[in-house]
Amino acid sequence: MKNKVFPDFDSAVADMKDGMTFMSPGFGNVGLARNLLAAVHRLGVKDLTGISNNAGSLDDRVDVGTLIEARQVKKMICAFTAPTHPSQITPFVQMYNDDELDAELVPQGTLAERMRAAAAGIGAFYTPASVGTELAEGKEHREINGRTYVLEYPLPADFALIRAYRADTFGNLQFRLTQRNFNPVMAMAADITVVEVEDSIVEPGEIDPDCVHVPGIYVDRLVKIPEDGIWD
Amino acid sequence: MTTADKPRLSRQTMCDRLAMEFQDGWIVNLGVGMPTLCSNYLESEPDKEIIFHSENGVIGFGPLAPAGEEDRHLVNAGGQNVVALPGMAIVHHADSFGIIRKGMVDVTVMGAYEVSENGDFANWRIPVRKGGGIGGAMDLAACAKRVFIAMEHNQRNGAPRVLKQCTLPITAPGVVKLLATDLGLFEITEDGFVLREHAPGWSPEDIQEQTEAKLIIADDLREMRVRPA
Repeated sequence: MKNKVFPDFDSAVADMKDGMTFMSPGFGNVGLARNLLAAVHRLGVKDLTGISNNAGSLDDRVDVGTLIEARQVKKMICAFTAPTHPSQITPFVQMYNDDELDAELVPQGTLAERMRAAAAGIGAFYTPASVGTELAEGKEHREINGRTYVLEYPLPADFALIRAYRADTFGNLQFRLTQRNFNPVMAMAADITVVEVEDSIVEPGEIDPDCVHVPGIYVDRLVKIPEDGIWD
Repeated sequence: MTTADKPRLSRQTMCDRLAMEFQDGWIVNLGVGMPTLCSNYLESEPDKEIIFHSENGVIGFGPLAPAGEEDRHLVNAGGQNVVALPGMAIVHHADSFGIIRKGMVDVTVMGAYEVSENGDFANWRIPVRKGGGIGGAMDLAACAKRVFIAMEHNQRNGAPRVLKQCTLPITAPGVVKLLATDLGLFEITEDGFVLREHAPGWSPEDIQEQTEAKLIIADDLREMRVRPA
């Protein structure tokens, strides 16, 4: 059995290459893999495409914005490409408005479902979200049972950088409360899924099979967050 | 005193009025910012059981967590720590939007920049810079059973936000059912844009003066109802 437990964050992302696509979960500052993002920052890979709900916040904590500010990201695919308040000029907002990086704006539910499609072997799907708005322009429309939908395609990635509460050495994952957010769909959609674990990495059998949120077959690498790691 | 200087309703009063429409057992999604004030109203109707849904996958959460009692893993759509209620459930993000697209959310309350008389609204993009902040608004607007909007009636420079047609890119066409502003309560019906309740001291003519959309005055027009004392 392949050993999935890595000793540190740097070794767990060491084979990430320039030009790759990565997924970064998190919502309301909960459930992001800040330690793994810091390791990608140290690795210095460039020309990345990022998939995330937002493109970083104004605070000093490590998030996707840390990679954007270091000019490691060429494109973001996310649900916010402008600040929710006009005064919040993040590095992303500045660079996007200066045409220094590209972005694709996707409604949040469509973003999540496109990842689930990638995770579930679905070729494309129809959604009613964005119909009648400029985001649906140029997309294939279809009327089904009297309602209009737009066609959306799957969103896969090379890497998913995941934060879980608990894992076993097989890679079975559990999340706590709203930490879950995008983590399961991203963990299942990416080719290589790397997980930083808050509480513990336990022996197989210690997590009740009925209480596994992501089965270990989707998970490639696990790193326990050390006491001096980044927690929140 | 000119019309524009008359006292207007508070944001809490606007949100109280919308929350008054929530029915027992409804699944309610409150947008970030002003709409979260709707939850304060429910203190005055404790028998009404409302199930709050937030797009990050939490169903049945409670009020904001008191200082010192926050659970770092439990936040609402605005990233604020909330309290777990008995019966609360968690799903992942794709399933959370499955709940929304299936039409299980009885009402979503959102803020907006503009509302038009046919029920279009715009709340994700202003022309100052590239891009926009959509979040879950387009999914919610297209799929919730009802869309309520809480919005100031005028821009800071006095220009109306209630228009014949939105000037900004819209979030969804023809979905707004009810609009509360600091001047009154408006319902979008098949007949048009109806003024149902007015702020104290504001006549229908005063309100029309601040509104580009053509108002239909309800037969039973009354002063805006407020939270029971």
